[in-house]
Amino acid sequence: MTQRMGFFTDTSVCIGCKACEVACKEWNGVPSSDGRDLLGLSYDNTGGLGADTWRHVAFIEQEVPAGTTGDGGMRWLMSSDVCKHCTNAACLDVCPTGALFRTEFGTVVVQEDICNGCGYCVPACPYGVIDRREDDGRAWKCTMCYDRLGDGLEPACAKACPTDSIQYGPLDELRERAAERVEAVPGARLYGDDPSDGVGGDGAFFLLLDEPEVYGLPPDPVVTTRDLPSMWRHVGAAACVMAAVAAAAFTRSKP
Amino acid sequence: MAECHPVGFQWVMEAKARGATVIHIDPRFTRTSAVADAHVPLRAGSDIAFLGGLINYVLESGKYFKDYVLAYTNAATIVTEDFADAGDDGLFSGFDPDHRTYDVRAWQYEGTEVQAASGERDELYDDRARMEQVRAAGRGEAHGSGGAHVEPAPSDPTLAHPRCVFQILKRHFARYTPEMVERVCGIPRSDFRGIAEAITANSGRDRTTVFVYSVGWTQHTVGVQYIRTASILQSLLGNIGRPGGGILALRGHASIQGSTDIPTLFDLLPGYIPMPHAHSNENLNAFVAAEGTDKGYWAELRSYLVSLLKSWWGPAATAENDYCFDYLPRLTGSHSTYETVMAQIAGDCRGYFLLGENPAVGSANARLQRRGLASLDWLVVRDFSLIESATFWKDGPEISTGEMRTEDIGTEVFFLPAAAHTEKSGSFTNTQRLLQWHHEAVEPPGDARSELWFTYHLGRRVREKLAGSADDRDRPLHDLTWDYPVSGSHDEPSAEAVLAEINGRDGSGAPVKSYTQLRDDGSTSCGCWIYAGVYADGVNQAARRTPGKEQDWVAPAWGWAWPANRRILYNRASADPSGRPWSSRKAYVWWDASRGGWTGHDIPDFAVDKPPDYVPDDDATGAAALSGTDAFIMQADGKAWLYAPAGLLDGPLPAHYEPQDSPVPNLLHSQQRNPVRQVAPFAHPDNRLQPSAAEPGSEVFGYVATTYRLTEHHTAGGMSRWLPYLAELQPSFFCEISPELAAERGLEHLGWATIATARNVIEARVLVTRRLRPLTVDGKVIHQVGLPYHWGPNGRSTGDAANELAAVSLDPNVHIQEVKAFACDIRPGRRPAGPARLALVRDYQRRAGITERTGMEP
Amino acid sequence: MTWIDSWPVYRQLRDSDRFGRGAAAKSRASEDLAPRTKAADKVVKSVCPYCAVGCGQDVYVKDEKVVQIEGDPDSPVSRGRLCPKGSASLQLTTGGAREERVKYRAPFGDQWVDLDLDTAMDMIADRVIAARAAGWQDEVDGTPVRRTLGFASLGGATLDNEENYLIKKLFTALGAVQIENQARI
Repeated sequence: MTQRMGFFTDTSVCIGCKACEVACKEWNGVPSSDGRDLLGLSYDNTGGLGADTWRHVAFIEQEVPAGTTGDGGMRWLMSSDVCKHCTNAACLDVCPTGALFRTEFGTVVVQEDICNGCGYCVPACPYGVIDRREDDGRAWKCTMCYDRLGDGLEPACAKACPTDSIQYGPLDELRERAAERVEAVPGARLYGDDPSDGVGGDGAFFLLLDEPEVYGLPPDPVVTTRDLPSMWRHVGAAACVMAAVAAAAFTRSKP
Repeated sequence: MAECHPVGFQWVMEAKARGATVIHIDPRFTRTSAVADAHVPLRAGSDIAFLGGLINYVLESGKYFKDYVLAYTNAATIVTEDFADAGDDGLFSGFDPDHRTYDVRAWQYEGTEVQAASGERDELYDDRARMEQVRAAGRGEAHGSGGAHVEPAPSDPTLAHPRCVFQILKRHFARYTPEMVERVCGIPRSDFRGIAEAITANSGRDRTTVFVYSVGWTQHTVGVQYIRTASILQSLLGNIGRPGGGILALRGHASIQGSTDIPTLFDLLPGYIPMPHAHSNENLNAFVAAEGTDKGYWAELRSYLVSLLKSWWGPAATAENDYCFDYLPRLTGSHSTYETVMAQIAGDCRGYFLLGENPAVGSANARLQRRGLASLDWLVVRDFSLIESATFWKDGPEISTGEMRTEDIGTEVFFLPAAAHTEKSGSFTNTQRLLQWHHEAVEPPGDARSELWFTYHLGRRVREKLAGSADDRDRPLHDLTWDYPVSGSHDEPSAEAVLAEINGRDGSGAPVKSYTQLRDDGSTSCGCWIYAGVYADGVNQAARRTPGKEQDWVAPAWGWAWPANRRILYNRASADPSGRPWSSRKAYVWWDASRGGWTGHDIPDFAVDKPPDYVPDDDATGAAALSGTDAFIMQADGKAWLYAPAGLLDGPLPAHYEPQDSPVPNLLHSQQRNPVRQVAPFAHPDNRLQPSAAEPGSEVFGYVATTYRLTEHHTAGGMSRWLPYLAELQPSFFCEISPELAAERGLEHLGWATIATARNVIEARVLVTRRLRPLTVDGKVIHQVGLPYHWGPNGRSTGDAANELAAVSLDPNVHIQEVKAFACDIRPGRRPAGPARLALVRDYQRRAGITERTGMEP
Repeated sequence: MTWIDSWPVYRQLRDSDRFGRGAAAKSRASEDLAPRTKAADKVVKSVCPYCAVGCGQDVYVKDEKVVQIEGDPDSPVSRGRLCPKGSASLQLTTGGAREERVKYRAPFGDQWVDLDLDTAMDMIADRVIAARAAGWQDEVDGTPVRRTLGFASLGGATLDNEENYLIKKLFTALGAVQIENQARI
């Protein structure tokens, strides 16, 4: 592996513009969602990460005590969420086809030419990030723009981000930068930066201004493959079932 | 700013990271508020009271920048005895209630008449043209070839004279107390004091404060005076012409600045030369004398205009025929887009080009706009997609209400697909006057063409069709220089050739380097004098792209800023009168005595070799008449105007008036509304106005609506509502209200609301949010309704257009509509469809007792 | 890559990727992956068409098609960044929402019909001449005006300076005064 690369998303300077969402979709050709309705979640009409949403900006309107901000009682938090590219990535562990793999940048990527849509990765993700697309059934998520990284480019979202809320770089450097930043910003805390946490630390970590739950992030994520041996039993059984289903389908498709 | 100009906002975030305080003043809590140090909500439509309060604070506390004010503003100038301030009645001297106008001569400096550098310059036409006749008669006898010298107005450098601008200012703004600000704007006194202290503490020799605004300040019946109020404040604080200072207009379209500089505007010629009004016996000399200034760079108006006429009519423009000055059509009053709509309805205007505009949802009183479109003989729409202005004849709201039937609409519609910015070369002028060239990457697909192609080939065809005509009216067309090289499979004209024409040429045909090379004898040509130099040395300066990292922070080698690549206007004011920087921290441009010239980080906006102690001869005129401390070189007296003796139609000083439709009485003056606002020309059953304040019926419209934009969409939606990636981010129209208003009116989050004015009713999904807060205005709770205005029925993200609700009621100076503050009602549920929609509008009108006279008084 | 290199189990053993979660699992497509910007024939310098900040854009062209638009890092205005609208420029310019053909609605008609561009231009030229003549005024109240109120135009704020210049020049020469754009609005 070359240097491990990552995202540091500093939500204290996020202005919620959603450039990351659009830049990601433009670069990666991610489908748009037809017929979306207003969600009523402040300015968030994306809802969450999914097969067709690899960046998602959360908007949290909070009442806070007067004097906390200049507006006596109002705070509007914004945060751009993304795949965490976990150090111990359960999605990768459970993938039976090798579609999910860890790249030379330490990121976790689904290979669309291999993924068969089994979907094991979906419940495995402690963050609820990876998701199957309804039309082709395959699993999709942020690749940290793997193709761009290989050419020395930064991911599309980080490049577009107007206020540098999304920063891309060697994870070590980002962690140093984040450590300084968290000292400077009142009420700030880091999320996903700790290699000793339940997923061994995230390749995409955050500076938050409130508890993770407030942003829709699990407070204490744990790699779901701690109990791998038992899980493999299920995988084995499932594989048998799938083979049977495939065979049946093959049989049925005969004229 | 974060909301509508996110990438520009990176610099605010950077300033904040370096310790700058960011204060956001806005009726709603936006993405900007979210990262500002303070958000202070105020009632939409009350900004003059707020800014006036700050001016009063600055004057009362003595915290103005005395040395700057004395040297660079007109604070000391004595004003005519005829001037009477707007007192309790809110009317300045010179008011004529019958014609709803002011005689601006009642506001002049003592003993002289000065012309404005911008704004309405025709108002002094008769006086100044007559003066020119007298002057011409005496030329060569009494005054020599330089013409008559205009005596400067008397001044009092002690600022004690009761009629000096400074004292007038003090008296005028005395009524704008913190208590009054609280009552009018709903800003608590403690918050107001905090802002006042922050701004004054951050202004002076060592520090500067900047104001940033957008159409939140302009779209009012007193919009120009909003900007004037900020100008007065910033001039008093010494924040103009200095780095980190200024009043920054954030404009919303890629080249809206360029389309003002090279104006597709009725009242201007390129470079802010006024379009001539109709006057008998008007010739070039009379026009120049009347509209130009006697001192400063506007005194060179004749050179700019003759060079423009030479660009347009080439060899046909000669000294003998006044350089074809008579070829220019003449104005009679306003011919703005709103008068045009009325002319369409009246049948006078039969054909219409819409070039990247969507008035059917994007202009005030959308129904009136569509009525205009439906009255045309023909309409050409050039856009990317089938916008509402192209399809009104089959699916406009009036079809469903039964007001119109498709088979009755005689408008012939041509939809022509437009080329994208990637498919044509040309320059945009951004909001900081920076011209940047974009290069054609690919040819446009199908029938899509650039406006350059469309205009050039349309002109070519019309000229060919009229080639045989001997009609005098066709001579301007025959004589027009209209010969541009074309290339490519579509015969695309060369944008660079057009840019070269705009830049201008000297007597030898070489590109001019600067507007100072332009002459009034027909030897030079220039399509837009302020752009002279953009093609200096035959090089497209707008296409320069030396990376920012390879330059200093001013980045002068990226693009080209008008005029003369100066990045901060009036930057002579960044140095003190003796030419030294006000402080080392704020050094920008200064006098280098050893080299005998101005130097610094930017190109000096001043004659580079004119020393600070330069005193012009008594008989000097024009640029030569500017002294070494006349930093405001375009102004007729070289000074920043704290008081505007000319150029404005509604007062030499700003006064607070309530919006056209307001639930609040004017607490500062008995005059409720701007007395010279433009409403009379727009009297129409579809444009009914509402009772205000204490007038009976006003209670029907008890809330204040304000329109605005969201990050995810662009203006009237033509470039965003059709795009899947943008449409999904804000998938439909909504309104924003506070929980308190929701409770008062029984509105539910994500439910529907009907919003009503005397013009129309619309429906919107409801977002209940604490980002909108009720304000206490004069002891009463005022609720505001937020209306993003991007929508219409077409495209992927749809909804009613907020502009259905707005009236055509205009600022008198610039004819901009008031859509940032108007009274409305809001109630739960969807609006009726079909004819019942109209019935509901009529019901509102009836309940409020609205007639054709409501709201029309001066 | 030899045939054996393409066999994941071999790579797993060879490359110390014993669990087959890294390079050993890399597919041929992943191996060949390269950003489409790298394959572009040219990069054209441009400016974002939305608001007036004037962010720099790099337009990537492959086989005479725009394949990517992103921020120009050289720009001292924007430093390579774009907002969501600017980031959607590729969809704006190459997406399916764009009309590419002339459409014509006859007076009192109830539908669009096709019209070729040349015919449309000729018809528009005729209509300009007729409307100009119908609305012509030599004088108003005895004062020369030499103008027409017969046709008007609205638009320019989204256009290039050079385009605005030609619009103003042509329409003024035709005697039109009702020439306006979004700057009024």
